[in-house]
Amino acid sequence: MGDSALEKARLVDKKIAGGKAGKLAGMIVAVKDILAIRDVRTTCGSKILETFHSPYSATVVERLEKEDALIVGKTNMDEFGMGSSNENSAFGPVKNPFDPERIPGGSSGGSAAAVASECAMTALGSDTGGSVRQPAAHCGVLGLRPTYGRVSRYGLIAFASSLDQVGIFSQNAEDCASVLEAISGFDERDSTSVNCEVPSFSSDLGMDVRGLRVGLPSEYFQSGLQADIQVKINELCEMLEQNGASIQKISLPLTDYGIAAYYLICTAEASSNLARFDGVRYGSRIDTKEDLKHMYCETRSRGFGEEVKRRIMLGTYVLSAGYYDAYYRKAQKVRTLIRKEYDEAFGRCDMILGPTTPTTAFRLGEKINDPMEMYLSDIYTVTAPLAGLPAISIPAGKDTNGMPIGIQLTAPAFQEGLLLKLTEYIQLHMESHDL
Amino acid sequence: MKFETVIGLEVHAQLSTLSKMFCGCSIRFGAAPNSQTCPVCLGMPGVLPVTNRTAVEYAVRMGLAVHCDIQPHSVFARKNYFYPDLPKGYQISQYEEPICLGGWIDVEPEPGEKRKIRIHRIHLEEDAGKSVHDEAYISGNETLIDLNRCGTPLIEIVSEPDIRSPKEAYLYLHKIRQMVRWLGICDGNMEEGSLRCDANISLRPVGTTDLGVKTELKNMNSMRGVEKALTFEVKRQTEILSEGGAVIQQTLLWDEAAGKAVPMRGKEEAHDYRYFPDPDLTPLIVEEAWVREVGESLPELPDDRKNRWTADYGLSDYDASVLNEDRGISDYFEDVVRETDNPKTAANWIMGEVLRRLNEEKTGIENLKVRPGDISHLIRLVNEGTVSHSAAKTVFDHIAETGDTPDKAVEKLGLKQVSNASELGDLVQKVIDDNPDALKKYLGGKDALFGFFVGQAMQASRGKANPKVVQDLLREKLNALRQSES
Repeated sequence: MGDSALEKARLVDKKIAGGKAGKLAGMIVAVKDILAIRDVRTTCGSKILETFHSPYSATVVERLEKEDALIVGKTNMDEFGMGSSNENSAFGPVKNPFDPERIPGGSSGGSAAAVASECAMTALGSDTGGSVRQPAAHCGVLGLRPTYGRVSRYGLIAFASSLDQVGIFSQNAEDCASVLEAISGFDERDSTSVNCEVPSFSSDLGMDVRGLRVGLPSEYFQSGLQADIQVKINELCEMLEQNGASIQKISLPLTDYGIAAYYLICTAEASSNLARFDGVRYGSRIDTKEDLKHMYCETRSRGFGEEVKRRIMLGTYVLSAGYYDAYYRKAQKVRTLIRKEYDEAFGRCDMILGPTTPTTAFRLGEKINDPMEMYLSDIYTVTAPLAGLPAISIPAGKDTNGMPIGIQLTAPAFQEGLLLKLTEYIQLHMESHDL
Repeated sequence: MKFETVIGLEVHAQLSTLSKMFCGCSIRFGAAPNSQTCPVCLGMPGVLPVTNRTAVEYAVRMGLAVHCDIQPHSVFARKNYFYPDLPKGYQISQYEEPICLGGWIDVEPEPGEKRKIRIHRIHLEEDAGKSVHDEAYISGNETLIDLNRCGTPLIEIVSEPDIRSPKEAYLYLHKIRQMVRWLGICDGNMEEGSLRCDANISLRPVGTTDLGVKTELKNMNSMRGVEKALTFEVKRQTEILSEGGAVIQQTLLWDEAAGKAVPMRGKEEAHDYRYFPDPDLTPLIVEEAWVREVGESLPELPDDRKNRWTADYGLSDYDASVLNEDRGISDYFEDVVRETDNPKTAANWIMGEVLRRLNEEKTGIENLKVRPGDISHLIRLVNEGTVSHSAAKTVFDHIAETGDTPDKAVEKLGLKQVSNASELGDLVQKVIDDNPDALKKYLGGKDALFGFFVGQAMQASRGKANPKVVQDLLREKLNALRQSES
């Protein structure tokens, strides 16, 4: 993609000279390899799509190109978006730019690392249960997950359709706002995209926090949270209070059920979404020259990695006759309750603040053999997607090992503008407070 | 022990929309394999479905026509299974919440005996592609996939187990075919697969209400095939049960050539489709106002029209059924009747000449050059005595070939009826003179020979003579001869 980017850059230079450049002219963007780009290899971090070239481009890619952004490359990821450490890529792990011994977070680890290491100014990722916010936290960059339906999913290779949403990595709120503005909006090719006006996020930045009510859920600050993260949050709250915001103690008791509901729903959807990778029409086929069933089994057994297979099996199980009500339907009920719980919470505050992750980036290999431990690292990020809400992870200094800390803000649906304003405010004021 | 037959039918109808259920590809029949596909219906990674509004409208039309409750909120669900002609690995269908619930269709197994077959539900779904094995260009163990059909909109009409005989099943299916054609939502062609039917059948002792063990019959390619397969299965199950045996629940494939149903391989039966709501599609919301609009746009339905014809036009039940079978012919008849006050004559014209002509030319009513106005005009010409009834048939064929107006055709063919008594008097006299033997017998008392003279006179006029005038003249002349004899 490098050559075509250079070519495009020359073209954009001319456009700039002629005064006709798009809003993202000069913006260098990396794109997670889960988004389709026409005639470009689109692997989803999977062996099964190792040689797959997409016949079409994702809506978000088209929208970036329309505004003259320069897409410089595809980024590595956990296979099909399944993972929290980026160790689940068929093409090797991504390493954390702050410490190559540590994971960058996942599943959009490549996009987070690309922005953290300044290979790109912004990057697109996708967030199903935290796949943008968690790596953003671990890599010390901004990571926004917009409201479900704000950004078209057409061309985003589905992991869990009711949770997937394209997200943005950047160094600052302004870049994030510009990209969000460009990629948002109704798309007739995505029935779940919402037909509502897109505010001009970038020109709306700038705020005063006086009177702002920030909710702090008590459930986010129990055992398991790394001490330095707690400290940073306390400092941030103090700063906000000093400047006129009020900190509201709130309760989100269903947080504990988030992981269970999330992993039932996302695996159920994944088991169906990933059925198309069967070796028949595209992607790798492993044909033992026996019968169709063997071709399916070999192709999928060897084409998918361990975590993907684990989730397909789990999802197949929860949708099976006799288990559907006990698992899938119950998880959907929990999801509805979580949504209600957020609705009620937003009656008492304008925004919810908490940690993005329970710990900073752990070491490569540390949790890979303990899927449950790995899943639990998503505890703070899975509930916003279950409720369809926008959330952002903001870099908030480092821990004693020098690893970045992320703080998460969650807003009511379609309030990305508020998230970005407060993000900008926090970034400005944290510097002056030396946070 | 006597058994009662219990049958339920699942009928799939391909909707004749311009494009597919969830993408913009054409569904025209007979295109080159895989030429009518796009990333969406090919199930490429990352694509999403968008519902075809016309398909929804067609489902609503059918639902309203068979008295269903149209659901304001219905849900698309995924039916998961692996097959090479199913690109996504799931079929988008409706499961727990279909678009139509309830409803019924009346059938008449014997004249005057009306049976109500309840409809359980109608739901929308997409068709799968086709696996092709048996073409010359395919080598022995290969299967090729044609995905042109994949994504074609379907409705599935599921009956309650209310059907009590293979004949009723045939009649029910016939009614459904008539209805989908009538509504213009499906061409109803079972041979090409645009209408497909699976049947569930079980027997139970007469007088009991519990359902017996059922079998499912598939692979019937015609309406008669459905009737034959069910007849076969009634006999088979009756034999098993009469001997004290038990019917095994299984799927049977109808083999038309062999005239029997054979069990499908057991392995393919243990499917758990793992239905769940499709997260790529929001619930299907059908506004009440829109349903009302669709209802108002429905044509008069076949049974209503038939009842009106028998009541208002005095048509027999049989005639009304024949004329009402096809919407085009039915509308044609209505157009003729609008311009004539003689519906029965109009009916005879259509059941006689029009249907004969369509049959001979193997064409549809829309291609017939004789327009409804021509028929009403011909009826008037006959009534006024301008042409004879037999000449009118010749005129009809002429119009069918040339598209001339009836007046022009009559003139061209020189078939204007002769009613002038002096002109016909000479002709009648000549017939009497030319047939001395017959005359002798007639005068001797053989009255039946009157018809012979009429026939001869009509022939001599090449059908142009007004038969009434000929008869009057003949009677006058022959009576005069009889009187002079005595």
